[in-house]
Amino acid sequence: MPLLKSPPHLANTARILATRHATSPAAVRHRRCNSTVEPPPAGGHLPSIATSQILRTKRETALRTPGLSWADEDASAPSRTIVGGRETRKMNTYQAIRDAMGIALAKDESAVVFGEDVAFGGVFRCTMGLSEEFGRERVFNTPLTEQGIAGFGIGLAAMGHTAIAEIQFADYIFPAFDQIVNEAAKIRYRSGGSFNVGGLTIRTPTMSVLIAVEVVIPRSPIQAKGLLLSSIRDPNPVIFMEPKILYRSAVEQVPVDDFELPLGKAEVLVPGSDLTLLTWGTPVYHCETALHMLDSPPPSLEAVVPKSVQSAKIELIDLRSILPWDVETIVDSVNRTGRLVIVHEAGLTAGVGAEIGAEIQKRCFLKLSAPVKRVTGWDAPVALHYEKFHIPDAIRILDGVMETLAY
Amino acid sequence: MTAHGEEATIIGSAAALENDDESAILLNPMQDASQPKWLGQYREMGVLLWRGFSLDKVMAQCFGNQEDTSGKGRQMPVHFGSPEHHFHTISSPLATQIPQAAGVAYALKRTPSRKSKSIAACYFGEGAASEGDFHAGLMLASTIPSPTLFIARNNGFAISTPSTEQYNGDGIASRGPGYGIDTVRVDGNDILAVISAVREARRRCLEQGRAVLLEAMSYRVGHHSTSDDSFAYRARAEVEDRKRIDNPITRFRLFMESRGWWNADAETELKARLRDDVMKAFKRAEGLKRCELGELFTDVYGGPEPWNIREQREELTGLLKKYGSIWEPWRNELGKFKNKGQDLLGPK
Repeated sequence: MPLLKSPPHLANTARILATRHATSPAAVRHRRCNSTVEPPPAGGHLPSIATSQILRTKRETALRTPGLSWADEDASAPSRTIVGGRETRKMNTYQAIRDAMGIALAKDESAVVFGEDVAFGGVFRCTMGLSEEFGRERVFNTPLTEQGIAGFGIGLAAMGHTAIAEIQFADYIFPAFDQIVNEAAKIRYRSGGSFNVGGLTIRTPTMSVLIAVEVVIPRSPIQAKGLLLSSIRDPNPVIFMEPKILYRSAVEQVPVDDFELPLGKAEVLVPGSDLTLLTWGTPVYHCETALHMLDSPPPSLEAVVPKSVQSAKIELIDLRSILPWDVETIVDSVNRTGRLVIVHEAGLTAGVGAEIGAEIQKRCFLKLSAPVKRVTGWDAPVALHYEKFHIPDAIRILDGVMETLAY
Repeated sequence: MTAHGEEATIIGSAAALENDDESAILLNPMQDASQPKWLGQYREMGVLLWRGFSLDKVMAQCFGNQEDTSGKGRQMPVHFGSPEHHFHTISSPLATQIPQAAGVAYALKRTPSRKSKSIAACYFGEGAASEGDFHAGLMLASTIPSPTLFIARNNGFAISTPSTEQYNGDGIASRGPGYGIDTVRVDGNDILAVISAVREARRRCLEQGRAVLLEAMSYRVGHHSTSDDSFAYRARAEVEDRKRIDNPITRFRLFMESRGWWNADAETELKARLRDDVMKAFKRAEGLKRCELGELFTDVYGGPEPWNIREQREELTGLLKKYGSIWEPWRNELGKFKNKGQDLLGPK
């Protein structure tokens, strides 16, 4: 029967291993032993977490943490900004987290804490004693269903309740991705502000996670065939993203035989020497339009495209592979042009353009004549009737190119 | 996207969950403790119409015009929502509403004024029941008991996939007992059977504070949506047979006529009136502008607007000032918005 109740599938095994590793007394002893036996390095100790000056280990400095504002019961009490009389207690991170949840539960009757194994205190001990203190109706275990936990939390929060969910390890969060990205992140927007899940908090222990996938976006039928075959035969998992709008609208003569196109390689579509225009997928075509408009502006735009920029030689590059991306080709181009404009449909913040921009300014810093410019979607979900003002089109690209040329 | 063929399931369940005192719901819905919370998939417009959501509101959402209170023109047609009608806004990804319903019902259970009075009613198709969210939702409603009524509309097709390829077991109902959930299967084309089953399901939900699964067997007469032609994967004759032999509207009409409550004249009159109402609302909605363009940037966050949103709105405003009247695609598009973008551009 126990076997039937918890089949030994991989996720469970990983869960058990990770739990054991994290909490095993043997592991703790091992670390301690290491720290006492090892001699100090020749150059002296570099700051570590244990000795960091960033950590505030004294009451006085702790109470003066910049930006700290008190949230007392009585908002009008005079002591809100006064430090005197405030207490501090030595806590590690999980204790501080547990403390925060204890306060939330005590002050907000609607608050609940739930997740896998939280009732006994959680595998990292962040919920220790909470179920005893506040009862199992408010601090409870869920079945092993990350998507369920997220959706359940969204439902609670949509009712105005405070939902504090725990995903046991960040590595297990992906089944909840749909609930998080399509639901939690968009409910307010897509309901026109009628609903929101502001009361939802998802906690999860995290560490650097290796992204062992590749991401490819083809711009045309030939590209799609060659890159897809390469992707299928590539030793890594590949996320192959096909621009919907090009399914029917892009037409080419495509070789009928088996062929591949290289992954991880960008393609220079138009060579140039004055500015690098980098993009992938559908915007390749908007860039092409923009370059035409720059070179020979239609009468309605003549007034806004100065003669001085019309002769600029723009290098247009299709990145094709988003991960891993062809840093060599882009660096080579920007070292020649000194200017980079990146165009993508996705939102600006934490978009792929941010990653490329950071890397290029590191590698080409002294060669740059203008800041790296990003022409992207806005940091809002793409809304149906607003789409034409959301996704970058030729005029926005033209504007970005002219601005960067004139910098 | 229509509910053609599933009218009895949708209207029957809405009618069964109706409060005894209808006017109380319509006049003061937020105060009405027994009003259920609704979580739909996308064929449940009938529930909203039954609860008094007007045809004008339906059309406003479908056209995404300035009167679209469901989502300000941001979502695709049929993504209705209305706090006033306790109807959570429809979301495109399938089945996400199922675990959410368990959370909604748990919140109802924890709200003293609604405990033992309200349930969460959650609709989904037999295809959506293959999503992980279905299993998550039933599991949560079962292990953390909450008064959730899961209504599976088994209409035979998930776009093109017939239900025979969707499961190899006994439909959706057979899964209920596995989760320890009381389950009933009903002829979804018999409105009286639906009403009876849903009433009993609601009674159990409230009495036990637990979930109930109801599977309504029906047939999707319409295409999946306007972008689908279902005769590519099923015979026209099959659909015509269904419409003739097992039509939920015809069945109920014949019942009403046999009781002397309805007749051909009344039928003709009703059809003409409804068509007229719909066309009137259609024409009205068609002529209305969209919301103001600035709504592109609202509702992204609650509370103070973050700097990135503010700056991006300013950036678009700057671009509109420069190109709004000389770049034809934008000039044409701006004309479709209320105030033609002047809310961003400011007075001339």
